Amino acid sequence: MSVADYAKQNGLKKVGAREPLLEYVRHAWQRRDFAYVMALYTNQAQNSKNRLGRWWIVLLPTLQAAVYGLIFGVLLGGSRPENFIPYLFTGVFLFSFLQGAFANGATSVTSNIGLVRSLSFPRILLPTNAVIQQVFSLLPQVGLLLVTLIAFRQPITVNWLLLIPILFLMVIFAFGLATISARLTVHVQDLNKLIPFITRIVFYVSGIFFSMDKVLHNYPVALQIANLNPVYVYISLARGAVVEGYSMNATMWISAIAWAASFLVIGVWFFWKAEERYGREI
Amino acid sequence: MAAKSKPELKPVVIVDNVNVVYKVFASGRRATRGAAGGGLFSRKLQLREVHAVKNVSFTIYEGESVGIIGSNGSGKSSLMTAIAGLNPIESGAIYASARPMLLGVGAVLLPAISGLKNILLGGLAMGYSRKEINENAEAITKFAGLEEFIDLPMKTYSAGMSARLRFSIAASRDHDILIIDEALAVGDQEFRNRSEARMREMRDRAGTVFLVSHSMKSILDTCTRVIWIEKGEMLMDGKPEKVVKAYNKHTGSTTID
Repeated sequence: MSVADYAKQNGLKKVGAREPLLEYVRHAWQRRDFAYVMALYTNQAQNSKNRLGRWWIVLLPTLQAAVYGLIFGVLLGGSRPENFIPYLFTGVFLFSFLQGAFANGATSVTSNIGLVRSLSFPRILLPTNAVIQQVFSLLPQVGLLLVTLIAFRQPITVNWLLLIPILFLMVIFAFGLATISARLTVHVQDLNKLIPFITRIVFYVSGIFFSMDKVLHNYPVALQIANLNPVYVYISLARGAVVEGYSMNATMWISAIAWAASFLVIGVWFFWKAEERYGREI
Repeated sequence: MAAKSKPELKPVVIVDNVNVVYKVFASGRRATRGAAGGGLFSRKLQLREVHAVKNVSFTIYEGESVGIIGSNGSGKSSLMTAIAGLNPIESGAIYASARPMLLGVGAVLLPAISGLKNILLGGLAMGYSRKEINENAEAITKFAGLEEFIDLPMKTYSAGMSARLRFSIAASRDHDILIIDEALAVGDQEFRNRSEARMREMRDRAGTVFLVSHSMKSILDTCTRVIWIEKGEMLMDGKPEKVVKAYNKHTGSTTID
């Protein structure tokens, strides 16, 4: 009789073995409170570090948007997109959320290695916690965005409500992104160094401060490729909903749903595949 | 395999030919002048493997208290974290009747938030509901003896205070299989007595206890079986008196302490 059979016969289970995917997701869901509370407390701890505390959540992207607005507004001159300030603010705020989820997700396992080594819980709660942290910052930012839009005399329409499903899809996409980056940095820590460059590149190709349609006007193939970029998809959907002079179309919605669904499935599966390896010394 | 003996007893933990290997990036030179030059300041980075546990097999039966002894760095804690499922193993397998709970160096919690919030967080990570934790929070605080400081951020605690809190959180529940790493035997005499009493209580309720210790007295006091690990290999496994005697001979101790 093999040891495995003997163990099975006596009702013993393999320790540290990866659960089947569905079981794993169910367990993670049961413990979702942990991810939520951890995100809440981490945010509180971070905010208590400096005087302005939680105000930085809205101050930082505002400063960013102001700097970009000043520089690119002047640089681009006449080729500025229509409705430049609302256009730019929508782009910068949503981008800073995706960037945060990607970067925070990447360090979510490696920076909590002590927790991983001392307690057993579904590790996917760590990138989940990273994304929840970003959502906590996103909400006041969206509030500020709406105030900015009103200040720049954008008409309030029913379309504004579409921000809710758009942001929801974007959060799902960000979650998939965070789980993938979380596992990748566990295997190759060096990736952490590349993350700022990756985000920079994505920033410049996602039409945050320029109009993709104007720049790629003469290159229809390049424009089609650019339109597939998920970051661009979410941002232009949001612009279509809240900024005057921009519109949404069915292709954008389909692509937004497809990106969110595929990243959710691939991300969870990809992260789960290495579940028993997190915590190994590197 | 050891699995075939004592068929009348029910196994609780089976460790089958387990290896734990750490891969570490290290400059592959010792701090002495090497033959190939370079020495301490060599830039060469290479992947070094540290074989912490080598082909260890044993079966623990219901009701046994197992002492784990060996010198520092012998692989005791690596083996224990592997049994708790926290440390991935290179090869072999570990089977257990319930999820083993490691009471050790303990949950590294968030230093910037208060002790009370850490109690909630640690409890949630262990899988308890908010209600259960809220009911227990006061008892945990009292057990840790931190009533005055529980609202302060954990970074303001001394090493002993935070170890006390971690122990109290982990020990707030009974566990079927308990692994106690004595590295946590910090804290003052008063807390030590309290935690030892709690450990005995848990040992009586839990079916199986592993105790990692350098104190042969507590090993002889509490264990029914002792496993001696040295340089990752299992040197001896048997009756406490016999193994401790051999271990003392090896280390050159004359008194049991």
